[in-house]
Amino acid sequence: MRPVSSWGRLSRELHDVIELDARASAGPRIAGSRLPGLPFGNGRSYGDVCLNAGGTLWATRGLDRFIAFDAATGVIDCEAGVTLKAVIDLALPRGWFLAVTPGTQWVTVGGAVANDVHGKNHHRNGCFGDHVESLTLLRTDGSEIVCGPNVEPDWFRATVGGLGLTGLVTRVRFRLRPVAGPWIDGERHPFESLAQFFALSAAAIDRWEYTVSWIDCGTLRGGEPRGIFFAGNHAALHGPAPMPRSRRLRFTPPVPLVNRLSMRAFNALYYRAHSAMPKRSTQHYRPFFYPLDALLDWNRIYGSGGFYQFQCVVPEAGQEASVRALLQAIAASGLGSFLSVLKTFGSRPAAGLLSFPTAGTTLALDFPNLGHSTLALLLRLCAIVDDAGGRLYPAKDAFMPSELLLHGYPEWSRFLPFRDPGISSQMSRRLVGQ
Amino acid sequence: MPSRILVVGATSAIAHAVARRYAAAHSSIVLVGRRSNALEANAADLRVLGAFEVRTATLEAHDMARHAEVMENAFAAFGGFDAALVAWGVLPDQAASELSAEIAAASFDTNARSVISLLTDLANRFENQGRGAIAVLSSPAGDRGRASNYVYGAAKAAVTVFASGLRNRLFAKGVRVLTIEPGFVDTPMTAMFTKGPLWARPDRVAEDIERALKKGFGVIYTPWFWSWIMRIIRFIPERIFVRMKL
Repeated sequence: MRPVSSWGRLSRELHDVIELDARASAGPRIAGSRLPGLPFGNGRSYGDVCLNAGGTLWATRGLDRFIAFDAATGVIDCEAGVTLKAVIDLALPRGWFLAVTPGTQWVTVGGAVANDVHGKNHHRNGCFGDHVESLTLLRTDGSEIVCGPNVEPDWFRATVGGLGLTGLVTRVRFRLRPVAGPWIDGERHPFESLAQFFALSAAAIDRWEYTVSWIDCGTLRGGEPRGIFFAGNHAALHGPAPMPRSRRLRFTPPVPLVNRLSMRAFNALYYRAHSAMPKRSTQHYRPFFYPLDALLDWNRIYGSGGFYQFQCVVPEAGQEASVRALLQAIAASGLGSFLSVLKTFGSRPAAGLLSFPTAGTTLALDFPNLGHSTLALLLRLCAIVDDAGGRLYPAKDAFMPSELLLHGYPEWSRFLPFRDPGISSQMSRRLVGQ
Repeated sequence: MPSRILVVGATSAIAHAVARRYAAAHSSIVLVGRRSNALEANAADLRVLGAFEVRTATLEAHDMARHAEVMENAFAAFGGFDAALVAWGVLPDQAASELSAEIAAASFDTNARSVISLLTDLANRFENQGRGAIAVLSSPAGDRGRASNYVYGAAKAAVTVFASGLRNRLFAKGVRVLTIEPGFVDTPMTAMFTKGPLWARPDRVAEDIERALKKGFGVIYTPWFWSWIMRIIRFIPERIFVRMKL
């Protein structure tokens, strides 16, 4: 037994960790372990979706082998513990990139499937699961299911975004997208109201593959947030291009001072710095997609209490009012966030029964765990999301009430028959009792 | 011509991390190990990563009668090797070894006798080539016997001394012999230990092994600070050492 934390560092409970190191032996090892168990990749999910206190974790980082890569078609076949970083390092020099990438390259492919992760190009490319051709699922009864959009599609829909509860994914075959090189042509536009944000988003979706906005959630001016809208496309540049340091999206938060003052100062500086930067720039993919990966262990800046991440999506109809209500509740609480992200999702139906993205707007922010006041705010935000008909992202969640899961994910009852009875997580026990 | 490397004990995490670095540099690689399905999985990984050519051969460490035959075939595959890594080994249960001479001897067979058998064969083939480098994984545990793992340590001590002698013998023949002494490495072999700040990832250790195979010399501690830790440990007078719990 050893202590394991998720990325939010809210707990450090003992787990029986079984390190899987070969596809061939994974089946017998999970079937022979003390149940319930839960797959565990690189521990980058924030809340309790990857935890199973007192139970078994099947650690997949040793399942990190590539199986095949076709440089002509961009289809890659690999074990589930391969990180997205390893995929990029392999594929980029051969002219390929992830069709969908989340905000960190330190997640495993299995985790990307289980949480059906999305990125800044959701309006174009949907979620990670939309690019999966097939996957291999091991069940605790010893059976193995190979599924994909056209093979055993019910199992596929349950497993993509299935939070690891349908079995252990050992192998994934998925499509990459061609790129000329590592560069991103980007634009940035400051905005000073939600109406401006939605206008910028609407105007950008046809021209830009990637869009995302940072907002200053701590200070509203006349009830409106200010922020920076970022848009990007893969550049046609091949080789190394000039990359002035000042144009890189990199910042270092003031380490020990995560409080109201430091957040206000940081947000003001961030806004001013980006407003003053040139509107157009070409940057490397790393600072564009993974600004936080530049600070290893950035989650520690929140101190020993850890932090909560709140990410919701509210439906398109009424999205401006819903987002405003959320921001007002946050501003009124005085609890702020360094990195608050706002993005509009596309309307493409997701591949998984429990996939998070739906047509509408997503808001993501993190809050240092200050105990009761933080939880009270998070529950207020949950109520606003529930009223708006929205949902929370399980990959980040550690606090949503059960009703919000059942309201937000009406497919939950269709998902249930696909659960593996030998698998349970802290999240599943918290939300549905088992 | 792509560089050619032989990896024995190829399914170990450290060995595979080294093989990956050679694969990325488009080398020709022969993997030798015990479990054929694991060898094939590793071979596929290396091919995807860019290896020029990968072949596999199964071999049990204890099956010393087959060492020469398997080495013969491996050397025939690409007409010799620029580098060889011998990385097989087991971490015996110290407590069980204290109660059973049989268990102690069995782990000694894998960690020392089979390695000596293999190195003897390899040394002669490299001597005939007149070039190349042989790296063997030993351990700081072999530098001084400690109550917590002296059975493992004794076998590694044998490997260290044997490699030292080979280095001496082959130096004049243009063959380098490298003794690799990794500290705590986070691998499946050490999955049951609680990890602290001294623990290294296999790819960190692999980087040092690759550098050693290319241009290193002698005994290489990896990560480097183990060299200083072991200097201190060797320096402690026996009268004090016997009272310590390390």
